[in-house]
Amino acid sequence: MAVLNLVDAVRETLRQEMRRDRDVWVVGEDVGRKGGVFGATLGLFDEFGPERVQDSPLTESAIVGVGIGAALYGTKPVCEIQFADFVFPAMNQIISEAAKMRFRSNGAWTVPMVIRAPFGGGVHGGLYHSQSVEQYFTSTAGLKVVVPSTPYDAKGLLTAAVRDPDPVLFFEHKGLYRAVKSEVPDQEYVIPIGKADVKRDGSDITVITYGKTVHFCLEAAAQLEKEGYSALVLDLRTLLPLDKEAIVAAARKTGKVLIVHEAGKTHGVGAEVAALVAEECLFDLDAPVQRLCGPDVPAMPYAGPMEKFFMLSPSICLEAMRKLAQF
Amino acid sequence: MPQLGESVTEGTIGRWLVKQGERVKKYQPIAEVITDKVNAEIPAPADGLIVRLETAEGLTVKVGTLIAVMDAGDGAVAASGGGAAAAVGPAPAVGPAPAARPAALAGAVSATLVQPGEGDGGRYSPAVMRLAQEHKIDLARLAGSGLGGRITRKDVERFIASGGAVAEAAAPVPAAADCVAGMVAAVAPEAVSGPQPLGGDQVIPVDAVRRRIAEKMVQSKRETPHAWTMLQVDVTGLVKLKEAMGEEFRRREGLGLSFVPFFIKATVEALKEYPIMGSQWAGDQIIIRKEINISVAVATETALAVPVIKNADRLSIAGLNHAMAELAGKARAGKLSLDDISGGTFTVNNTGAFGSYLSAPIINYPQAAILSFEAITKMPVVLENDAIAIRSMMNLCLSLDHRILDGLVCGRFLQAVKARLQSYGPGMVSLY
Repeated sequence: MAVLNLVDAVRETLRQEMRRDRDVWVVGEDVGRKGGVFGATLGLFDEFGPERVQDSPLTESAIVGVGIGAALYGTKPVCEIQFADFVFPAMNQIISEAAKMRFRSNGAWTVPMVIRAPFGGGVHGGLYHSQSVEQYFTSTAGLKVVVPSTPYDAKGLLTAAVRDPDPVLFFEHKGLYRAVKSEVPDQEYVIPIGKADVKRDGSDITVITYGKTVHFCLEAAAQLEKEGYSALVLDLRTLLPLDKEAIVAAARKTGKVLIVHEAGKTHGVGAEVAALVAEECLFDLDAPVQRLCGPDVPAMPYAGPMEKFFMLSPSICLEAMRKLAQF
Repeated sequence: MPQLGESVTEGTIGRWLVKQGERVKKYQPIAEVITDKVNAEIPAPADGLIVRLETAEGLTVKVGTLIAVMDAGDGAVAASGGGAAAAVGPAPAVGPAPAARPAALAGAVSATLVQPGEGDGGRYSPAVMRLAQEHKIDLARLAGSGLGGRITRKDVERFIASGGAVAEAAAPVPAAADCVAGMVAAVAPEAVSGPQPLGGDQVIPVDAVRRRIAEKMVQSKRETPHAWTMLQVDVTGLVKLKEAMGEEFRRREGLGLSFVPFFIKATVEALKEYPIMGSQWAGDQIIIRKEINISVAVATETALAVPVIKNADRLSIAGLNHAMAELAGKARAGKLSLDDISGGTFTVNNTGAFGSYLSAPIINYPQAAILSFEAITKMPVVLENDAIAIRSMMNLCLSLDHRILDGLVCGRFLQAVKARLQSYGPGMVSLY
């Protein structure tokens, strides 16, 4: 057992899977010699060589496209998109090719590929280095979308993603890379994709969230407990497919639901969760379903005070949670 | 909710004496609690601020239930009523305080979390509506702990858990062996269906005391198979005795001489002969009480109180008179303590005081019998020697628990009471 941060957990998982299975290989910008701009692939190049840890040209559509081709050929690529903001040139490959390959070929061809990328803001990344992009993929059947919030979850989920026979998008919040640590077992373990996790149990309100806001909500819940309200915090972990059972059970338990995510509110993941709750849990609801999200503005600001204004925080979450608890 | 007596398991908030947000001093009474028609006051455990009243007036909750939360000023919080403390304090800022976010920013929480103003009738959430329908709860009776007094799902769940919801099924139909004579007081506790008031009708809300009376009456009738018997007694001697001794007694004792102590005296001595009359059905056993504690029904303006004269067999007639007067006074002033009304083993009822000639009283649960003394009326009767004379006659009516008692033992008991009553006359019995 070791205490690892998020990026360490990602790296160790890649190392573990590459050791286990010779077909697993890594491709992306600066992943090889540099070891990744966040160090996510540090040391892999030395251990596994240039054929299994490939520095790509600056071309996301090719990173994914080549990955798809290699996957069809029988390998298991882990494609890195250096910043999630850069994924858009690869959209066609991801959505029209990778996601549909199995369906289109009637199972003859499959794409056992992972596309991983750091996302999220609060790091002075501005427009091109702060975006949340998960909502662009969560309405595409044929894909899986995973967002771990802890190093422990990250290793288990990435292991599952690498071993998954179909394309998995794996988003890691860059603000959590070094900020969050947890005990991570040395041995292999798998956390199934599609299962949410109750990070904190409670009985007054239910907070459903993922990514960095999980930690904000946990901090706020601890404070809220002192005020006499207990919050259940459900970490979705997988955004597609959603763990409907866990969501419904958590919503039913308290009847008061708050969905929190950094990505914009309108048409975000929270909208789908809210619709699900309304559909399945109406007669257990004690309050309208609430969403606390990033503002619907085109980009995260670069100026410090503006970025702070934009981002959620534990105190903003606390205020929303308290209001719901008191309702 | 504090434990007000050893066997008390629940209490009813009769009246809150403070409001949410009010500052109170230590020991200041903050609520009146009723158990079995007793008003006990709960004192504030500390100086401080009443933050939240958790339990509505009229609600009965189990001992230990949180009924209020107060902030004792120094951040430490006392929960009133012996329940676990729920911490409520000012919320310290978590992290740097954010700049105010205008609601226009989508990040703000939805504006639907507001309640309409008072007098809007209140909105009920789907969960509240469903629970109310499933458990047949009249939501108008609940106080809400939510924003603006909103009734929350938790309020309803707590109400159900504390047993406040109506027990749906009707009481079991009495078996054929049950011989219930007389009137059956059919009071449905907390009925949400039933007669509806029409225009012009006067509506009296059922308060906690009335509700308790109703519950006890129904329980007694439902669980105890009532049978009934009566005897007629010649109390001419007693009447003469009261007339002869009344004035002197008042001069010496400071209060009038009533018939009731004589009734109690006769009853008590008969109980000594037939202790089974003072027993109680306890499921798989019958408990014959050693003590003779006489419950005496006292009618007040608003309700019926039944205080108890403990160890009545140790009191003289004068002593019983004093005890009666004291308890009756306390009853009328609403000052009966828990001890005053508990532990009775047999009940007497002076129904004759309001002119009743015959009555079929309801047993004071969980006792085995209740004896009423009816009006004393002059009437012609045939004496032993077949002569006709005008005598003061009084009926004794006994309702009995037919599981324990039957006509034979009750008849004998009543004969014993009768014999003593008929033996009272001027110079025939000592008042002391």
